[in-house]
Amino acid sequence: MATTNKKYAKAVYLVDGRRTPFLKARGRPGPFRHVELGIYAARALLLRMPFEATEFDEVIFGATMPGPDEANIARIVALRLGCGDQVPAYTVHRNCASGMQALDNAAMSIASGRSDLVLAGGIEAMSHAPLLFHPKMVNWLADWWAAKSIGARLGVAASFNPRMLAPVIALLKGLTDPVVGLNMGQTAEQIAWRFGITRGQMDQFALESHQKLHQAQQNGDLAAEIVPLYDSKGEVYELDDGVRPDSTLEKLGKLRPAFDKPYGLVTPGNSAQITDGAAALVLASEGAVKKHGLPVLARLVSTEWAALTPAEMGLGPAHAIAPLLKSQRLKIDDIDYWEINEAFAAQVLAVIAALKDRDYCKQQLGLRSAIGEIPADRLNIHGGGVSLGHPVGTSGARIVLHLARVLQQKNAKSGIASLCIGGGQGGAMLIERSVS
Amino acid sequence: MSVTIVDWQQHCDEDGILWLILDKKNTDTNVLSVSVLEQLDGLLDEINGSLPKAVIFRSGKAKGFIAGADVKEFLDVTNTQEALIMIKRGQKLFSRIAALPCPTVALIEGFCMGGGTELALACDYRVALDDDATRIGLPEVKLGIHPAYGGVVRATAIINPLKSLELMLSGRGLSARAARSIGLVDSAQPARQIERAARQIALSPPARQQMPLLGKIISLPGIRNLVAGYMKKQVAKKAPRQHYPAPYAILDVWANYCGDNKRMMEEEANSVARLIQGNRVRNLIRVFFLQTRLKGLGDKKSFVPRHVHVIGAGTMGGDIAAWCALRGFSVSLQDREAKYLGNAFRNAHRLFGKRLKTTAQRNAALDRLIPDINGDGIARADVVIEAIFEDIDAKHAIYREVEARMKPGAVLATNTSSIPLETLATVLKEPDRLVGIHFFNPVAMMPLVEIVKTESSSGEAVEHAIAFTQHIGKLPLPVASSPGFLVNRILMPYLVEAFTLYDEGVAPEAIDKAATDFGMPMGPVELADTVGLDICLSVAQNLSQAFGIDVPGGLGKFVDAKKLGKKTGSGFYHYKKGKPVKDKDANLGDQKMIQNRLVFRFLNEAVSCLQEGIVADRDLLDAGIIFGTGFAPFRGGPINHSLEEGIESIVQSMTDYAGRFGERFRPVDGWSLLSE
Repeated sequence: MATTNKKYAKAVYLVDGRRTPFLKARGRPGPFRHVELGIYAARALLLRMPFEATEFDEVIFGATMPGPDEANIARIVALRLGCGDQVPAYTVHRNCASGMQALDNAAMSIASGRSDLVLAGGIEAMSHAPLLFHPKMVNWLADWWAAKSIGARLGVAASFNPRMLAPVIALLKGLTDPVVGLNMGQTAEQIAWRFGITRGQMDQFALESHQKLHQAQQNGDLAAEIVPLYDSKGEVYELDDGVRPDSTLEKLGKLRPAFDKPYGLVTPGNSAQITDGAAALVLASEGAVKKHGLPVLARLVSTEWAALTPAEMGLGPAHAIAPLLKSQRLKIDDIDYWEINEAFAAQVLAVIAALKDRDYCKQQLGLRSAIGEIPADRLNIHGGGVSLGHPVGTSGARIVLHLARVLQQKNAKSGIASLCIGGGQGGAMLIERSVS
Repeated sequence: MSVTIVDWQQHCDEDGILWLILDKKNTDTNVLSVSVLEQLDGLLDEINGSLPKAVIFRSGKAKGFIAGADVKEFLDVTNTQEALIMIKRGQKLFSRIAALPCPTVALIEGFCMGGGTELALACDYRVALDDDATRIGLPEVKLGIHPAYGGVVRATAIINPLKSLELMLSGRGLSARAARSIGLVDSAQPARQIERAARQIALSPPARQQMPLLGKIISLPGIRNLVAGYMKKQVAKKAPRQHYPAPYAILDVWANYCGDNKRMMEEEANSVARLIQGNRVRNLIRVFFLQTRLKGLGDKKSFVPRHVHVIGAGTMGGDIAAWCALRGFSVSLQDREAKYLGNAFRNAHRLFGKRLKTTAQRNAALDRLIPDINGDGIARADVVIEAIFEDIDAKHAIYREVEARMKPGAVLATNTSSIPLETLATVLKEPDRLVGIHFFNPVAMMPLVEIVKTESSSGEAVEHAIAFTQHIGKLPLPVASSPGFLVNRILMPYLVEAFTLYDEGVAPEAIDKAATDFGMPMGPVELADTVGLDICLSVAQNLSQAFGIDVPGGLGKFVDAKKLGKKTGSGFYHYKKGKPVKDKDANLGDQKMIQNRLVFRFLNEAVSCLQEGIVADRDLLDAGIIFGTGFAPFRGGPINHSLEEGIESIVQSMTDYAGRFGERFRPVDGWSLLSE
């Protein structure tokens, strides 16, 4: 039931959360599949909770490319966590914001009174995205299996062409918009062009992302939220491994454009990495917090979803942040910290530029004036997708979790987490906590 | 003859199939006692009188098909004649089943062992329930005999002998699917199909199982002798013929008489009748009952733990945690930093890969093993096991922290082997709750766990520790808190004697041969190398303080030179690919003297332990030593062996050795207790 200020009708508490280290995809399937990542994150979280896994009312995870034997990954994770047969679970998909969608669904469920205790988050193992047979090969196989006689078989065999064996890389297909025919990187080039973002600015942003993450790792700013992983060979994974502490502008400058060759500005160095990772959060109603004596990290206050042309999907955050601030009667200065998912350095820079741009705000966002400038020292203070990676189904949950930790660390009141969404959408979530 | 049928039920269904249900009175487990077989004989008279469409054998018990013959009845057999009568009666009965003109089907659910399998083999068809509880095997070899009711004959006639002989030699139990794949059963079916399967097979009998071509070739005369010879060599690696004649007897019966069923049946019977002679079988049956006794200690229902927390992810802690997860418990494993858990997970993956058959089972076990650097699992643990390195201060620090965070009523246990419980408990607010749960290395293979209690240990804590040990499938042995407890205490003088002999110039090969000839699975020198000479030295030093054993200098020299045994590639022996390189021409010296010196030290210490009440009684001592050290099981344990040899004779010899070799051989006072 929507109220005029679009807050969740009842208080929704973020109790705690954990995530796995984010592991960069390195050309072959990584050591952990979707389910394992989800279980590592959620299991460690559950160990600290004073209630049993069976006491969740439901489990909701975002994931965009679970494997064929991982249908409704949330249900598989729930069962393997020991939630028992009787806790329902479902998986959501809103492309890059699937993790945030899971949190939004959980919040709405709690706000409506349907649930009191929900496990929600995001899971993605992009390195396990499959290689597919080309449709010509699939049809050939169908013919082969249907052929009954030796003569028929010979006929099918004769139609075989080795070129049919070339696999289709599912990941590339998934990262290309099928309606406008642009891949994600090209949409970033598009909005960089629109707002005059230079290569130098993109690389500088990327460099800072790595530096901030490296610094955060040194300071232990991420230790509280990360659960180490152990593979079958006994290797231990404790840190986000995409970070490049030795990155320099010079090195970044040498990289070639990846999406608009050869003249583009968006390179692998100033784009988010392809990554495996999962995040799990416990959300609770006031009643559940009281009943179990739960600690509280923050409250989820409100979420906005917006849509725009897929060709400029990177500006999605601007389209979601604007109405979020308006409905909550807040200004940019009222927000203490920001997490905007770094799908591309160009994309975050374009969002910042758009929100500052009076014409854009008037024409595209229906506002009377520009919203303002998001302060750089309050944005992604411990790094972001460029250095951390962007496991598609997970990032939406990670940024909310980390934002809550930042607010706690800095004893701050409010934060906004936002992502651009492939296909032309944007999501933004406002969280708050009580300052001491 | 008219026998009252009390253990069998029968009913004829609407298709004309006669269902014979075995539901032995007054027991949860079906065994083929003489009475049960007599009743079956009577039933067969009726069946032959009015033939049903088919016969299906099934168990009426909640658990299991048939566990085998009644082992207790074996003990009543006192001579070869009696044995032959009993065996031939069983053979005749099963041959009657095999000869029934109508189709016969065995519907096997749960365990099916020994005589139960032989009954199933006498049927035309076998259908097994495809679930985790079903295990089908012929484990008679573990009791020093082999199948005698026609099992050897029929198993090698239907199934490829390589597979069926392997089954009989190892005594392993097969799952329904594994049994299907070697042809031991015709079909493995889930519960929802098994009755329909049995019925359809009974009403429309399919073609009978044929021996595959390879099996026929192997069964040919000449070839089968070669095969038998090869298999004997394989068996000899683990079970030397002088102590374990049963496996060789199986191979002889097959190799010499295969093809002539009548003769082979006779020889099967004669062979087992011969094997029953002497004490060996009696002692192996004793070991079986000792195991049953240990399995029955405590009350599993009184304490049903769900979560276990292990502190210390070294070899022992990591393996304990993995074992508990394997057995279905959720386990949190803690160490100081994440990197110390890596090896534990690698080893856990290996254990689950070996012991669990399906991916889902392995995943479930891995899901249950939770890395826990912060100790978050302590608050929900029913059992906390501390398994860190042997340092009093470090352990004290852990106990202080853990006691504050533990659930009331949870068990606090330590795996320590060398620090007294009394010393460790001093920092606890409730010192009575600390117990020792002492595992042996490697955890997955060693069945025994010593449950260590002090004078003041709370009865409830000890009971819970015993129940926990039962739940994880280990054999609990309550022991007093005394240095070395039972197993290490008795092993140490034996190992020290081996080192002493080595220092005197005896070749390690000679020392080890004397021990393996006695029946130890591995000689003391190789054992020390395998455990690790640094560990041996530290345990020896620890126990020598308490018991005044002199630790020979040679051991220290090895450790100083960093030659720690198998793990460093070299100790007393050199190691190649994990196997010791032994000198075939080593001087074996006076084997009798060497063996006596080793055995007397072992026995003397065992009697000391009995005298001091380290364990509650002789049988528990024997059980502990057999399951903790592999002490020649066919001797029934050190105390049993001493009684069989004759206390006076041993005491006499030991006194003599005391004069010749040193006071350490002087029989301790406790020997007088045994001569009563």
